[in-house]
Amino acid sequence: MAITFTLNGKSQTLTDVSPDMPLLWVLRDVLNMTGTKFGCGIMQCGACTVHINGEASRSCMLPIANVAGKKVTTIEGLSADGSHPVQKAWIEEDVPQCGYCQSGQIMSAVALLAKKPKPTDADIDDAMSGNICRCGTYQRIRKAIHRAAGVKA
Amino acid sequence: MATHLSLEPQTLDRRAFLKTSAAGGAALLIGFHLPAHASSDPAQAQEKPPINPLNAWVRITPDNRVTLILAKSEMGQGIMTALPMILAEELYLDWNKVSIEQAPTDPKIYDLGTGGSGSVAGSWLPLRQAGAAAREMLIAAAAKKWEVGADTCKALNGYVVHGHPERSYSYGELVADAALLPIPNFKEVPLKNSRDFTILGHDTHRVDAASKATGTAKFGIDSRPAGLLYAVVARCPVFYGKVAFFDAAKAKAVPGVRDVFQIETSGRGASTTGGVAVLADSSWAAIQGRKALEVKWEEGAAAKESSEELRNQFVANAAAKPGSVIRNEGDAEAALAAATKKVEAVYELPFAAHVCMEPMNCTVHIQSDRAEAWVPTQAPQWAQGVIAEAAKLPPEKVTLHTTLMGGGFGRRYQADFVMEAAQVAKKSGKPVMVLWTREDDMQHDFYRPASYHKCQGIVDADGNLAAWKHFQTSTSIAAKWSPKGEEDNGQGEFGTGATVPYNSPNIRIEYTLAHSSAPRAWWRSVEHSSSGFVVESFVDELAAAAGQDPLAFRLKLIGESRKMPQFGGEPDSLPLDTARLKGVLQLAADKAAWGKPLPDGEGRGIAGFYSFHSYVAAVAEVSVRPRDLKIKRLVCAVDCGRVVNPNGVRAQVESAAIYALTATLKDAITVEGGRIVQSNFNDYHMLRMNEAPPIEVYLVESEEKPTGIGEPTVPVIAPALCNAIFNATRKSKKELRLRRLPVRAEDLA
Repeated sequence: MAITFTLNGKSQTLTDVSPDMPLLWVLRDVLNMTGTKFGCGIMQCGACTVHINGEASRSCMLPIANVAGKKVTTIEGLSADGSHPVQKAWIEEDVPQCGYCQSGQIMSAVALLAKKPKPTDADIDDAMSGNICRCGTYQRIRKAIHRAAGVKA
Repeated sequence: MATHLSLEPQTLDRRAFLKTSAAGGAALLIGFHLPAHASSDPAQAQEKPPINPLNAWVRITPDNRVTLILAKSEMGQGIMTALPMILAEELYLDWNKVSIEQAPTDPKIYDLGTGGSGSVAGSWLPLRQAGAAAREMLIAAAAKKWEVGADTCKALNGYVVHGHPERSYSYGELVADAALLPIPNFKEVPLKNSRDFTILGHDTHRVDAASKATGTAKFGIDSRPAGLLYAVVARCPVFYGKVAFFDAAKAKAVPGVRDVFQIETSGRGASTTGGVAVLADSSWAAIQGRKALEVKWEEGAAAKESSEELRNQFVANAAAKPGSVIRNEGDAEAALAAATKKVEAVYELPFAAHVCMEPMNCTVHIQSDRAEAWVPTQAPQWAQGVIAEAAKLPPEKVTLHTTLMGGGFGRRYQADFVMEAAQVAKKSGKPVMVLWTREDDMQHDFYRPASYHKCQGIVDADGNLAAWKHFQTSTSIAAKWSPKGEEDNGQGEFGTGATVPYNSPNIRIEYTLAHSSAPRAWWRSVEHSSSGFVVESFVDELAAAAGQDPLAFRLKLIGESRKMPQFGGEPDSLPLDTARLKGVLQLAADKAAWGKPLPDGEGRGIAGFYSFHSYVAAVAEVSVRPRDLKIKRLVCAVDCGRVVNPNGVRAQVESAAIYALTATLKDAITVEGGRIVQSNFNDYHMLRMNEAPPIEVYLVESEEKPTGIGEPTVPVIAPALCNAIFNATRKSKKELRLRRLPVRAEDLA
């Protein structure tokens, strides 16, 4: 069964993949796009966050069959060179420590800013509390989101 | 500190990485030694060089590239930024002109792991000396070319310059000549005056922020050698249980599954007895295959263990008999027996899991004559040895790539996950990644020991500490790692809790080992995480009993400024400088407006602790309502000697504070039926964005040598918070003195 979807702006067709394989593993193991991370496998940590039709979505339990016809954006699709305003804010605030969760954090933040270009702290709490950072970079994530919001204005 | 120089890289062709430097022609290469222990004296090392003295190199090539080659692992702590800064300062270079190259793991050379908050502390002097030596050689080479005195030339931004009008050579233009000169004695090489520092002590951006913000940073789990298979291992959930029976048929029927077989692990690094490996074309297929696998376990003796049974041991140990006495000054027993008024408290801490965001994983390819491995490890040399053993190859035949790590926290000092991957790879013959799911990672960790502490103390009429007694019983790390029959060393890891900075004529410290099969090892800040909570909670209770301000009481009991030897410390451990401890307590208090009145239901708590040769104090400001706690502010004051990168130090303090808050406010790791109950983030919760308090970090300006920063904030967070909860509730009907971690909502009822 062939499954076709749009991945980072380009059409992607998969012919030999189990329809129940979650998008996360298709990205990582079939397409070797390792920017999207595995953290828990039960939609609790947000490391696997991507955008499905612009919505921040956990990819670890999302069967690839359900992605057919949809637009998927991953961290690799934000910008080729780290020039997306959210990525720039992340670099400027020195957010990452180990960095493992940051692809997911950034994807959640980008989706938030698309909906709320000037998010309040409460908006940030709502949008970002699904993403765990074990290095505890939350304070810098918050600052980076505010900084990106300023850049966008 | 031996040094080494090579103009002709092929003379060192044993080390492949040096060959690559030959591409651009001659290179200036200075080898030096980084001590394994943070506090080792480099001068001493030079007097008595280790067998293989070179484990780090500075390489400058004709294309003006400066490379620092060393075997240190980046797990988020920022050493890939801090270490080049140190070198660049002495080389008069922009720090970002120095790139780091991960040195290949060589069994004959490297004795370095990354842990104990020791990378900057241990590398500080050797890196400066190496940078200064290279600088002096480049200056000397230029002076010779110009036929002028070296003292009339100077290094500046990657050039050696001379005279008016100024003439210059780039470092790259000088390396061929410089490489012919003798390397200066590291002990005599002139180091930059700290007043002239332009890099050290200045906020510097992380070198790896961009790659981590674009998803291009490669962690161990991102390793993709050609032909890679993915494997998961079914392990007995009960500690050290064994495979009794398995049937691979259903697992093999899952599309994508390639192979199913049993593996055995062994040796002192093992956390399990092995299990059944399922190999597949993708991680998903392997996970599905494991779900389908039929396996029966022989659970073994540990199946009867539980957290309740362990607590019964603790209580019995505390009641039954004196523990082994590890410190005894004066006569605390007699003082306590005679006292009319004494303070008694019991503190309890649970097992804690590391929970790196990147679950354990290891990728290994074993062939008949060689092996290659991609390992997110804090201990590459150990990993190499483990793979070599499984592969039945000499260690030098194992090419080991140390990858970036999605968190370490001590977990990745272990080699259990490496051993498993090596077993699977050996049997398979193909490149294999053994991937741990989150459940595997949480249930087969090496946990921070659970412990139970009974404290007794007396404050006399003058407010002096007349007696301090601390009995601890715990499942120790030492017991996990000792040979059978030698598990009980009489003190676990308790030495740090015995270094009480509070003066008393009568101090007694006792310890009794409790037994558990749960694997234990080093968890961020190790035993300090427990000792800090107990010592800083109990002194707060004594202050309250004496009706004194918690800060003033501490400062008074610490007393005069002096150097206090660490009780039971390693020979190279630095003494506790009481002036510095008082300094951070006072700084945190000042910044937190200590003493300024707060509304009812709000309070402040303070704690200060010395660990990893650094001093940290924290003041928590909280609001407490029934079943509800809000941390309004967390103020941390830090004295870690001279600060290399203030931005990096603040990040580590913020990080350690959040790590400690999770352990303080979230879940315990518990045991039932000889297995870990918690399995994923739905039952072992992490602090999240909406719960993260504002954290302020203040750094003491210091000329002392740099000391640890990744860990020493952890020990002060729980006591500062619990002391704040007490302070917030002391005027209410029910004052809350929380002595058992983690804090539960019902504790705030």
